[in-house]
Amino acid sequence: MIPELGHVALIIAFVLSIGLAALPMWGSVRSSTSLMNLAPTLAVGVTTFVAVAFALLTVSFLQDDFSVAVVAANSNSLLPPIFKFSAVWGNHEGSLLLWVLILSGWMSAVAMFSRGLPLVMVARVLSVMGMVAVGFLAFSLLTSNPFERLLPNVPADGNDLNPLLQDPGLIIHPPLLYMGYVGLSVPFAFAIAALLGGRLDASWARWSRPWTNVAWGFLSLGIMLGSWWAYYELGWGGWWFWDPVENASFMPWLMGTALVHSLAVTEKRGVFRSWTVLLAIFAFSLSLLGTFLVRSGVLTSVHAFAADPERGLFILIFLALVVGGSLLLYALRAPAVASRVSYTAVSRESLLMINNLVFTVATVIVLLGTLFPLVMDAFSLGKYSVGPPYFNAVFVPLMALVMPFMTIGPLSRWREDSTARWLHELMVPCLGVLVVALVLAFLGKDGFNLWIALAVLLAGWVLLGVVKDLWRRLSGAPDGRLRWRTLNPSFLGMTLAHTGFAAVVVGAVVVTQLNEERDLRMAVGDVEELGGYRFELLSLGQQPGPNYLADQATFEVSHEGQVFAILVPEKRRYFASGQIMTEAAIDASLWRDLYIALGEPIGENAWAVRLQYKPMVRWLWLGALMIGFGALITALDRRYRSQVARHAVPDTGALGVAG
Amino acid sequence: MHPLRKQRLIMVSLVVVLSSAAIGLVAFALRDNINLFYPPADVIAGKAPTDRSIRLGGMVVENSIVRSDTDLNTIFWVTDYEASVAVQYSGILPDLFAEGEGVVAEGTLDESGMLIATQVLAKHDENYMPPEVAAALEGKTAPAGASMLP
Repeated sequence: MIPELGHVALIIAFVLSIGLAALPMWGSVRSSTSLMNLAPTLAVGVTTFVAVAFALLTVSFLQDDFSVAVVAANSNSLLPPIFKFSAVWGNHEGSLLLWVLILSGWMSAVAMFSRGLPLVMVARVLSVMGMVAVGFLAFSLLTSNPFERLLPNVPADGNDLNPLLQDPGLIIHPPLLYMGYVGLSVPFAFAIAALLGGRLDASWARWSRPWTNVAWGFLSLGIMLGSWWAYYELGWGGWWFWDPVENASFMPWLMGTALVHSLAVTEKRGVFRSWTVLLAIFAFSLSLLGTFLVRSGVLTSVHAFAADPERGLFILIFLALVVGGSLLLYALRAPAVASRVSYTAVSRESLLMINNLVFTVATVIVLLGTLFPLVMDAFSLGKYSVGPPYFNAVFVPLMALVMPFMTIGPLSRWREDSTARWLHELMVPCLGVLVVALVLAFLGKDGFNLWIALAVLLAGWVLLGVVKDLWRRLSGAPDGRLRWRTLNPSFLGMTLAHTGFAAVVVGAVVVTQLNEERDLRMAVGDVEELGGYRFELLSLGQQPGPNYLADQATFEVSHEGQVFAILVPEKRRYFASGQIMTEAAIDASLWRDLYIALGEPIGENAWAVRLQYKPMVRWLWLGALMIGFGALITALDRRYRSQVARHAVPDTGALGVAG
Repeated sequence: MHPLRKQRLIMVSLVVVLSSAAIGLVAFALRDNINLFYPPADVIAGKAPTDRSIRLGGMVVENSIVRSDTDLNTIFWVTDYEASVAVQYSGILPDLFAEGEGVVAEGTLDESGMLIATQVLAKHDENYMPPEVAAALEGKTAPAGASMLP
């Protein structure tokens, strides 16, 4: 009964979303206030029924209702309850339902926090989001119904969740990533609404900006969690593989980075308007492309749950409609909203344009590398794969190119500035950083390392710009006191995000350059030295878990004669699927990680073992966390709240939508 | 020149310079870093290059895995039911690597026709088959008794 109710709820949500897509839009054409007023109600209605459907699917999972196909295929009576819960989105149908749930959540948030906006704007924005919801609800109902039953042959027990997904990181990674992915539909809807209304002004940018920042912040956090999960769960200690599925989430992020910066210019100066609209369209299109790549099964990946050409075709058609439709609208309407404000070549606008160019080119490059094998295959020109060397060779120089400008950007003036002033502001820090970079690069035990020197130089340069900017704002009051009030959330968020970016760069380069790894055979009593640490295999044993049996190896790790950690990597065999899973043991710290993973047993009393010493790998994720939270903080800024505050909405501002 | 035009000129030249630099980088990077996929039959037929890295995909032949007792060297055979190629790999194999399962090995062919693998990829779960392997095996039948086709 419960699955049927869920199915009905999903159908009701579908009907409501059709209403949302059509009625307020029609109202905006006919200037009918009553029709436009329906938008927020319909949006909340869609959210409610999708949430009911999602809750009922969750109940089916928790109750082990194996008559439901999805539950039978992805759960098991022995699965711990917390993983039964995350198993809801550990499969194609459920994750799609989560997609729709989060989309409708964003719709309701827009409905709630946009009461200060003109009614016609709200109606159009919600209507556009409603159209997206129609597409995805239809996709869910027609090709991927999560409530399909296996009647009358109900299996006695389920197939179990893929062991790789039985992990706490996977409970939060998909929802966070989807918050970002789907959240990009909000700036997209704002952009389309503005094109429809022909009103692309600074206030439009101000409405759209906090949503964009929050969505982009969530996307950053989601990608960071994915990278972290891959690091400790896949058992080979990598943190980024340039896997097509990673790229699928990375492309919207790169485009979103350009969009976040371009929106700043549009809000403050009223320029780059058409460009900003285009970026918003592209960012969401790349989200959809990512969904297509991941969900259609065209890629070899842990995310490709099942290959089904019908599903792929559906998303492809939907993608073509969204991209084609919005670009057509753009072509028809964009010239009408060109700006007349000017700026010079030496100004903050130009610097932000460099940011936009670099990130757009980076997106295109990643897109090319990701789609190249698929296109070649589609035209039967051979089966290719494009590996990490390609991406590193093109992506790294681009990031190095953008960093020098990251420092000047925040310090520069809008409209017109002078290189002499930049030199005056930055000469001393520049020399200081150069010295620090050279000294640090020589400190390594292998002598001078050019790449680390460059990374420290660039990251230090960015960091000094941040500090200089901070000091410039704080000092300069006539009575000599520090002006704390000048540090608004917008500024703090940017500062945090830029600092985080510098941390990611340093972490990435150091761990790539100084990483030490050894695959070897170890028997009980064997000792191995790596990165100045001593690993001794003390014993081998077995330990049963709730739904698996684990082989364990106990290692004693010591440094300079001092034992400081016992690490116990595992090799698990899951009962239901018979699948084998590596569980790495990690001793983590800010400056280095020690990583042990088991391979397979070799003869009696010995195992293939992978030992790794990974300096500063944590900086990557710490930096990414700073970027994500930096973006979320900016949405707290007062100026985004001003319109809302008049309507006595609680103080949480745009960030409140996070829940 | 009119300031607006000058500004546009600067912007356009920036775009041109940056995108040509990017295209150059892409072309350079793609040249060496594309790996072609070959099923074993093509390798045996001599269609695969020996001077660069390739990807070989198929099924691991039953009873073909030979593990060293002293180090991490492993030799196994990969088949598409038409021909088989030996693969040598030194290192830790993925969790789902097993006889009779789909696998993709990346590496270079030596003079004897053995693939010296730098990376071995297996599928991610029980029901999943790498698309390249599925396509390579399409229409080919396993010998009697083997039930490993997709």
